[in-house]
Amino acid sequence: MPSRKSDFFIAFLVICSIFLLLMTVHAAFSVRHAMQNIQAKARMVRELHLTDLCLFTDARYTRHPSMADLHTAFQDHPMSFEHFPSGTVVAPPPHIYHYGLDQ
Amino acid sequence: MDFAFNSLLRRKGKNSALFVVYAGIIFLVSSIVFSSESIKRESRILLENSPEIVVQRTIAGRHDLIPEQYIEQLKSIRGVQEAKGRLWGYYFEPGVQANYTLVVPDEFLYGPGYIVIGNGVSKTFLAGKGDLLPFKTSDGSYASLEVADILSPDSEIVASDLVLLSESDFREMTGMQKGFYTDMILKVRNIKELPTITDKIRRILPDTRPITREEIMRTYEAIFDWRGGILLAVISGAAFAFMIFAWDKATGLSSEEKKEIGILKGIGWDTSDVLFMKTWEGLIISLSAFFLGVFFAYIHIYFTSALLFMPVLKGWSVLYPEFRLVPFLDMFQIATIYFLTVAPYTVATIIPSWRAATIDPDSVMRL
Repeated sequence: MPSRKSDFFIAFLVICSIFLLLMTVHAAFSVRHAMQNIQAKARMVRELHLTDLCLFTDARYTRHPSMADLHTAFQDHPMSFEHFPSGTVVAPPPHIYHYGLDQ
Repeated sequence: MDFAFNSLLRRKGKNSALFVVYAGIIFLVSSIVFSSESIKRESRILLENSPEIVVQRTIAGRHDLIPEQYIEQLKSIRGVQEAKGRLWGYYFEPGVQANYTLVVPDEFLYGPGYIVIGNGVSKTFLAGKGDLLPFKTSDGSYASLEVADILSPDSEIVASDLVLLSESDFREMTGMQKGFYTDMILKVRNIKELPTITDKIRRILPDTRPITREEIMRTYEAIFDWRGGILLAVISGAAFAFMIFAWDKATGLSSEEKKEIGILKGIGWDTSDVLFMKTWEGLIISLSAFFLGVFFAYIHIYFTSALLFMPVLKGWSVLYPEFRLVPFLDMFQIATIYFLTVAPYTVATIIPSWRAATIDPDSVMRL
């Protein structure tokens, strides 16, 4: 029976390490279990020619960020500020910068 | 180590507060790393199946409908295997204040008069199989379409707001004339030729912009890269809080702590013994905070579907997808969190202890 505080701490660390290991095992099993479902979704993306994830549905440039252009942020007025909360979360796609303002 | 424990317990209040905030910071950083990695990896697997090239027409800086004639011009580009129009758009339902995405599949099995809806549409419209849903058409009249099927709730991350319908119903609803498409998608023979093909598209059809699959995938990597964007802003908040801690520790020990070190040296402890004891103190707090922070973050992200982050993700959306993130966890993520949080704290606690441990015990005890 551990009686010193350090023994308890070592026991705590061992238990935590076991939990960490269990966490990685749980993650590995979850990924394996989810793969079938992910493949079904991937099939849907292929068949429906989808380009984006459905994460934010409030603005079109956050619903389909990869299809957005550099002007979408100013869609209402050239000096208008960002309107939708999700617009602060979703950054513009990197390819917009690559091809410049016209694209 | 027992001495370190007792030393920590002598300043119970201060150390418990430190532990709670430290564990909270690790929880926040871990939650961000876990959720962003999960979404990034899942989006990569899913979007690897998106169209190889999407061609959009832009007029006056805005996305515009693309005429059917462009298909032949795109097909004439060497290396393009297939080019076809894509019909999709948005529909705002004022009754429930939700935005839906209308998509016309290549082959819609149910035909005109029917729709297949995503789970989010079903929830907001309170619609089930066989129900008739009214959609306002472009001329102001209403078209009633019957729900033929509901897409699986498991597919919400890609299809929550989708309404699949026939081409004729889509054109009637949106008023899009025949001979026009929302955009076009291309299939190429050799994926290595993509840059050449996109260059040719820009030359042949200057009013269009091609978007490649790689760019689509990179969009999501940029959004969910925890080293940039909004996630960096959240992490910076946590980092600043952590820096204040480290600063508090690094600027020196309290006179009580210095006195304690002085007494220890006075009774014969070496500098190395003092440092060893202080290292243990740092490790007891940081390791406990690390494990608890990481465990609670794992539970938060993968068992409660990121409960605390949901308000940010929902924004003003009436329709938001509900999905469980898949734990694409690896040791690299754990190691990153460890080195971002535990290592700096341990170093920050040792430096002032070393400074106090190397000065004359007599002068420290007189403080």
